[in-house]
Amino acid sequence: MLAIYGQALALVLDPYVLAVIFCSALFGLFVGCIPGLTATMATALLVPITFFMAPVPAIAAIVTATAMAIFSGDIPGALLRIPGTPASAAYTDEAYAMTKKGQAEIALGAGLVFSAIGGLFGTVVMITSAPGLAEIALQFSSFEYFWLVVLGLAGAVFIGNASVLKASISLILGLLVACVGLDNPAAHPRFTFGNTELMGGVSLIPMMVGMFAVSEILRFVTHMDPPLKLATDKIGNIFTGMWELLVKYRWPLVRGSALGTIIGIQPGSGADMAAWMSYAVAKKFSKEPEKFGTGHVEGIVEAGAANNSALAGAWIPAIVFGIPGDSITAIAIGVLYLKGMNPGPTIFLKNPQNIYAIFLVFILANLIMVPLGWLTIKAAKTVLSVSRNILMPTILLFCIVGSFAINNTVFGVALILFFGLVAFVLEENGFPVAPAILGVVLGQMMEENFITSMIKSDGDVSAFFTRPIAMWLAIATFIILFWPVGTWLWRRSRAASPAPQKS
Amino acid sequence: MKFNDALSGLALLALSVAILFDIRTFPDFPGQKVGPGAFPGLLAVLLAGCAIALIWRGWRDRAEQGVVAVGAWLHSPRHVLNFCVAVGGLLFYIVASEKLGFLICGTVILLALFLALRVKPLLAVPLSIVFPIVIHLIFYKTLRVPLPWGVLPVLW
Repeated sequence: MLAIYGQALALVLDPYVLAVIFCSALFGLFVGCIPGLTATMATALLVPITFFMAPVPAIAAIVTATAMAIFSGDIPGALLRIPGTPASAAYTDEAYAMTKKGQAEIALGAGLVFSAIGGLFGTVVMITSAPGLAEIALQFSSFEYFWLVVLGLAGAVFIGNASVLKASISLILGLLVACVGLDNPAAHPRFTFGNTELMGGVSLIPMMVGMFAVSEILRFVTHMDPPLKLATDKIGNIFTGMWELLVKYRWPLVRGSALGTIIGIQPGSGADMAAWMSYAVAKKFSKEPEKFGTGHVEGIVEAGAANNSALAGAWIPAIVFGIPGDSITAIAIGVLYLKGMNPGPTIFLKNPQNIYAIFLVFILANLIMVPLGWLTIKAAKTVLSVSRNILMPTILLFCIVGSFAINNTVFGVALILFFGLVAFVLEENGFPVAPAILGVVLGQMMEENFITSMIKSDGDVSAFFTRPIAMWLAIATFIILFWPVGTWLWRRSRAASPAPQKS
Repeated sequence: MKFNDALSGLALLALSVAILFDIRTFPDFPGQKVGPGAFPGLLAVLLAGCAIALIWRGWRDRAEQGVVAVGAWLHSPRHVLNFCVAVGGLLFYIVASEKLGFLICGTVILLALFLALRVKPLLAVPLSIVFPIVIHLIFYKTLRVPLPWGVLPVLW
């Protein structure tokens, strides 16, 4: 075990890898800080570049950039009242209220320090639980995997703010996109319209770039908001008073980190869900809930830790089962496959040093977040004055090159245009995009395990319920599936029973 | 551009029917009950179910939803232009990049978008020439992506 960690450490301490980590940290801090550029977009833009790297630096770049972006999304939240990434939205008003009270340094300092602690918490959970889970997962057959995928997809649909019906539709569309191409039981070219480029299926990377970057650019060029204005340009020492906060809010910190990790593990809900739920929990259990919303740091401590721990949590199912915990890990899984590091329990047997190297990168990223984040806060005024009117067209050009680079054909550019427009229209009509991405990533795995299971059992559906673990996974799935229906019926019956007395 | 849910539902229903028709042409998997059509077929049936629910919801809420709610930006010629330039830029690249090359296409797209977004021409012109060169150097030289030269001679 220690020998593997030694090998992993050597992989991470390679000067090239360290340089990649440093550059992607700066990139992540910058992207997170600019409103309208999300952590997912940072990942989507990074992927075409990581395409040309060895596995460890490629994953290190994604891990570092996303951790940084989730933290630095707090900066414009506190200074402009606009969250830099959706994960900061939960406590943007709180942080801005603190800035108005002249406490910008406390809001930003808490965001930074407790982001790092939350990230480390999630990392420790990942490092300790993933290898053990992988041991269990080794005994899984196609039946268990089928239920695991369904469970993940059900979570993506039912845990979120969007309408369940629209999330389901989004998910099914994603699964259908995954059906395109030759990769199916009889290698029949499905839904390719005679196009040879579609034979290999819809490439995940151009699709991601389209859905998360191009659609964001379209939203930017059509937005009608007034220009941004800084609330303050005086930021004091952000580390003053952090120790006192740490002692005072140790339990909210632990609670936020733990809840964040759990929400991260749950497929389909990532850092933004974690922040919203933790903020609500913090308010509920606080001794002074009346102060929430008026510039009170407690919620920032808990939710700031939660969104970063969710990021690490999301990697647990991604590594162990190949089932992404959020959109970012969905992209990362695509990268792992490209690099021949197929996620799944065997990753701990075949290339253990690579996976332990990724664990170490997580620790490193959360540690260097503190000094680099401090520098970013210092430079916030300059970073926030970068003209988005110049930035967005340039990002569009990057999208073009990045999507071209995957297969060196202009078809990639056509894909980003198509999926950019689709995502733009879907979001305008209230269809969430994240379930579609999970559908595309998991579609093939789901079909493969479904067909294999059906062939094994000779078409007998009951086989899906007779293996013990499969049965429990099935029960868990049905609970998630019927939970909303059950509560709806219960509420209806309660609402209906007193009704006759009124008339 | 927000469509009534019933309209979205009709479009999705049409899609699922088209899929159900298409999978009838798929071959069987020899000796097995499930073939390449089974999974998309199952999805299409689920999609049709969701689409019908969506149509019902859109019809129920038709008073509040209207048929098509046009977003505010569609009333502003400037924002419509921005949108067209962004989409048009990508289309232009798809059509013209092989012929004209990356540097020319990149410059045209950037310049058009900069000007549409009201970046001052004095800044927009040099940036739209320099940025494509920088991006080309990074991807062509360092990462060896064969970005097309088009009408320009091979410069580096």
